[in-house]
Formats: sequence, structure tokens, C-alpha cells
Amino acid sequence: MSVFTHFIRSATLKDQSVMPDSQPAAGSRLHVEDASIGYDKRVISKGLSVSIPDRSFTMIVGPNACGKSTLLRGLSRLLKPSAGRVILDGADIQSYKTKDVARRIGLLPQASIAPDGITVADLVARGRYPHQGFARLWTEGDEQAVLRAMDAAAVTELSGRLVDELSGGQRQRVWVAMALAQQTDILLLDEPTTFLDITHQIELLELFTDLNRDGHTIVAVLHDLNHAARFGTHLIAMKDGVVVAEGLPSKIVTAELVEEVFGLRCLVISDPVVGTPHVVPLGRDRSRP
Amino acid sequence: MSDFSSRFARSTSEHRVDFGRRTLVVRRRRLALRIDLRSIAVCVALVLAVIVLALVALATGSYQISVDQVVSALMGGETGLVHKIVVEWRLPRVVATVVFGAALGVSGAMFQSLTRNPLASPDVIGFSTGSYTGALIMIILIDGSYLQVAGGAVLGGIVTAMLVYVLAWWGGVQGFRLIIVGIAVSAMLASLNTWMMLRAELEVAMSAAAWGAGSLNGVSWDQVGIGGALIAVLLVLAGMLSRPMRQMELGDDVAASHGVRIAAVRLGLIVVGVALMATVTAASGPIAFVSLAAPQIARRLARTAGITLTPAACVGALLLGAADFIAQRIAATPLPVGLITVVIGGGYLGWLLFIEARLRL
Repeated sequence: MSVFTHFIRSATLKDQSVMPDSQPAAGSRLHVEDASIGYDKRVISKGLSVSIPDRSFTMIVGPNACGKSTLLRGLSRLLKPSAGRVILDGADIQSYKTKDVARRIGLLPQASIAPDGITVADLVARGRYPHQGFARLWTEGDEQAVLRAMDAAAVTELSGRLVDELSGGQRQRVWVAMALAQQTDILLLDEPTTFLDITHQIELLELFTDLNRDGHTIVAVLHDLNHAARFGTHLIAMKDGVVVAEGLPSKIVTAELVEEVFGLRCLVISDPVVGTPHVVPLGRDRSRP
Repeated sequence: MSDFSSRFARSTSEHRVDFGRRTLVVRRRRLALRIDLRSIAVCVALVLAVIVLALVALATGSYQISVDQVVSALMGGETGLVHKIVVEWRLPRVVATVVFGAALGVSGAMFQSLTRNPLASPDVIGFSTGSYTGALIMIILIDGSYLQVAGGAVLGGIVTAMLVYVLAWWGGVQGFRLIIVGIAVSAMLASLNTWMMLRAELEVAMSAAAWGAGSLNGVSWDQVGIGGALIAVLLVLAGMLSRPMRQMELGDDVAASHGVRIAAVRLGLIVVGVALMATVTAASGPIAFVSLAAPQIARRLARTAGITLTPAACVGALLLGAADFIAQRIAATPLPVGLITVVIGGGYLGWLLFIEARLRL
């Protein structure tokens, strides 16, 4: 019954085409203006315009190679747009000193390496780098920031342990703590839940939700559409380097959108726990019990 | 999940971060430092060992001198033969082992950190072989003077480094590719070196071979002075690069997001690392394995996270000092120190591979 009504609901939304808004949102410290972003000569996204609403938990979703990680790398200045601009706090992000950017934007990349024999606290303390100077390497402020970051990411108990000895979920929380120790308002996360089991995925996403409620603007590239819809306050759906839809997940996640973006026929039902859109693939075989 | 849900229950009432290691925090005026006690203790112990070794090296040899006399000679209290032996003959050599050893240790540390690979040291990835090629060209083809040979060695090392860097470039330099390309270039240069040796006249070839073994025989204050001054400058630069270097061990993306200028730091590390190695090679010929082994031994002694420069410098100084001490005394005629370091280094490398293999099983 309820499934049926949701099927109807998604069908009625068919004609509401959701177009990306090229104007920067009212409050957006970080946005992309008509930018081409890619690697060397291979442009992934052309004429891309997208805004990250302040204090949002923005989820970027899309199929593999759709340009979502590229967008994140553009936002974090790891990639320089070949045309157009990325604007941070009203100025071109390229015009900042590298450490200035690092004091405003934190990044949790996919590929990070814990040096052999490093302890949790030592790794978290490395996040203080952009705040440290020549002979000022461990101020009271550094110490408090590290304590708070470890507390927020629930790794205080692990403080003196070797990172090599930790489980995947614990290790990921340590990296989050390192990014938090950087004390930036904006936090970019590149597939933070990949390789974690379901419990640790939810745990981590709830941690990000808490951080978001504490005032952080969080942008995450996520593979799991259902997690994106459940935890995100703003969703950006991308395909072939273009933003196909953006907005509140409950407004924009429809069967049509999923089919258009992922090429997957599905049913969008309401998440029985929190009521956010939940994607159920139709698949080939629908007769199985 | 229990430790996670209790996160708001915990307060930050404990004011100090537990690093799992003994740390000393110094905060005074404009100074705010966190010092790892084990690292400091290891460095102090190594420095003491170097001092003891240096005193013994100054006192012993074909002419025995008491330690009291050595100390008094160093203070300028001796004249005549004792002064001549200690200050003019033995001291430059001892200072050379300390300074050159430290330079090799730091050079190796920089490359190992840069490539995140314990096999990457300037001797393994071909820069020493390139220096030897440069020196051989000077010795064999143009019968060059000492300075020309030294210049050829520096130039050979730098050109080889540039060649390896360019060949390993594929939209950015990656550590592992740098090593593979370096080993390949090194092999080709080694065959070029052999060819030059075979074509040379016997006496020239013999002096070239002696240079190629890496020896501190006949090191004088002139070489130690010039080389030492250059190395001092390079070590200061290395110290300035050490924080961004350690940040880059976390991965390029993390380092970049922390505000490290990756390309500039990487180029700086390569230039300073090659220059350190080339300066030593110019003065003494290629001394193998110190730059390979020192950073790894230092890391295991100090149990630091990743590679650190100061312990690597201390271990390098002790290694080269000990190797040269042995080289001078093991046979009737002094051996080139490079022979001893190869033996020590070979043993070390075997042990390293053995440990790594055991970890994999």
C-alpha cells in the first residue's frame, strides 16, 4: 500500500524538471563559477557552476567517473580550473596563500598514508600544520585543538595507540580527527565511508551530522545514494561532468532522477525510519520471494 | 560502538594530549615546542658515541697518543709532532667522517621520505654512479686536476638526477617510478663506467678505480673546509624542508590540503638531497650504503613516526666514522672506507629484506 503510494508520488513528480541553479546561493562561502576542471588536458567538467550552501551537509552523488571527485578536488584547490573560477569567501581561491586556504578548508582525501609507527595523537597533531610557525610548533592552542578534535571524533581513548594497530573504522575516525584539528569551517570528504562496514559507515555519517549541526559546512562525495539522501541536507547529482540536479534530497530524489543519472530503474520509497527518499532498484528479477 | 556513543560524556578536562610516548613541552615566550624524549635521548647517545669514536681515532694509529694529549692538542696546548699528527693529519679525516656521514644520512633520509620507500637512496637510484661517471670522464678523458674531478663528480650526480627525474616524469613524479628508473639509469651508467675503465691506460684506470671505491685517505683541511661549509648550508636548507617533508609522508593530497606547496617542496628535497650526496662524492668518491642504511637504523632506534633528519644525520656520522676507523686498521695498508660501508650496508640490506619477507609471510 505505502509502496504503491510512493510509486504514484514519484510518477507525479515526473514533470517537475529540476534544473541546476547557476546563481550562487544566498549564503555560500564556496562556489564554482563557470569552471572547467580536469587533469592535464583531459577536461572532466566544462562550464560547471555550483554553490555549496553555508552550514549545509552537501552530498555529491553520481555514477563512477561523473566528475564528483574532480569537483571536490577543484573545491579544495588540489586541481586548478583551466577556465572559470572557484570562489572562496568572495575571492578567487587561487589568489590565496596555500596556508590561508588550509586554515579555511579541510580535506579528507581518499588516499592518505599513516607513516609507520605513528601514534594517533601524533597523526591528529599533524593537522595543526597550517597554524604552526617557525618556532611555534606546539602552542596551548594547538594542544586544545587536538584534544577537542580527538574528543569530537571519539578517538581520545586511542590517543597513545599506534595507527597501524587500529581497525578500519577507528582509523578513519583518526583521519577525521586530523582534519578537525585543522579547525576549518569547511570540511571536504572524498568517499569517507568506502571500505567501512555498515555500522561504521552510519557511525561516521552521524559524526558528520553532529559536526554539521555544530556549524561546520560539510561536503562529501558519497557512493551510497540512500545514505546521501538520509544524511545530506543538500544534494548535488552529477553525470558526465554536469550537475543534473541539486537541492533538498527529499525534493529532488525521484525515480526519474535516479534513472537519468545512474541509468537504474528503481522505486523511490520513503525511508521507514526518517522519511527521507530511499531508492529500491527494480532489477531484472522481481519474482523472488 | 560504545566508545563512540560516550563521546559527549567525556570532557576535555585532561589538558594534555597523550602521545603514547614521552614528550616534553617547552613553551617560553615566542617558543612553543614538543620534544620527543626518545629521539633526543637517541641523538644524545649517538653524538656521545661519535665523540668517543673520534677521540679514539685521533689517539690511535701507527703513532699512539694518549687521550689527554689529544684533548690538549685540540685545545691548542701541544706543539710539534703531536700537534701535527692530531690537528693536521688525523683531525681533518675525523671531521670529514662526521660531516660527510651526517650529509649522507640526511640525503638518504630526504629521498626515502620523498619516495616513501626505504630502498630509495641516492646511491641505489643512480646518482652516485652518475657522479662516478662524471669523475671518470675527468680522470680518464682529460686527465683532470683534483678540482676538475670533484666538479665532474658534482656535475655527473646532478645531470643523472635530472635525467632520472625527467624519465620518471609522467604528469608528476611518483616514488616507485623514480626508484625503478633510477636503478635502470644506474645500470646503464655502470656499464659506461666499465667501458671507460677498460679503455683507459692501466695507471689511470687504477687511480680511477681507487677514487671509485670511495676513500678518505688523503683528505686534507682544504677539502673538509670547502665541503663542510657547503654541507652546513645544505643542512640548514634540509632543516627548513623537514616539516613539509614529514607532512608529505601523509600523502600528497593531505599535505596539499594542509598548505604544503608539494611541487616546490619536492623539487627542493631533490636538489638539496642530490647536492649533499654530490658534495661528499666530490671530496671522497662514492661512499655507498650510508645514505641507505642510516635513516632506517635511526628510525628503528628512535622509533619515530616516519623518517626524521636529525637522528639520520647522527647515525650517518657514527656509521661513516666507524667504517673509516675499521678501514684504516683492519689491514696492513688502509682500505678505502667505501669497501667497509658496502659490507656493512650489504649486511643491513640483507637483514632488511629478511625482516620484510618475514612480515609478508
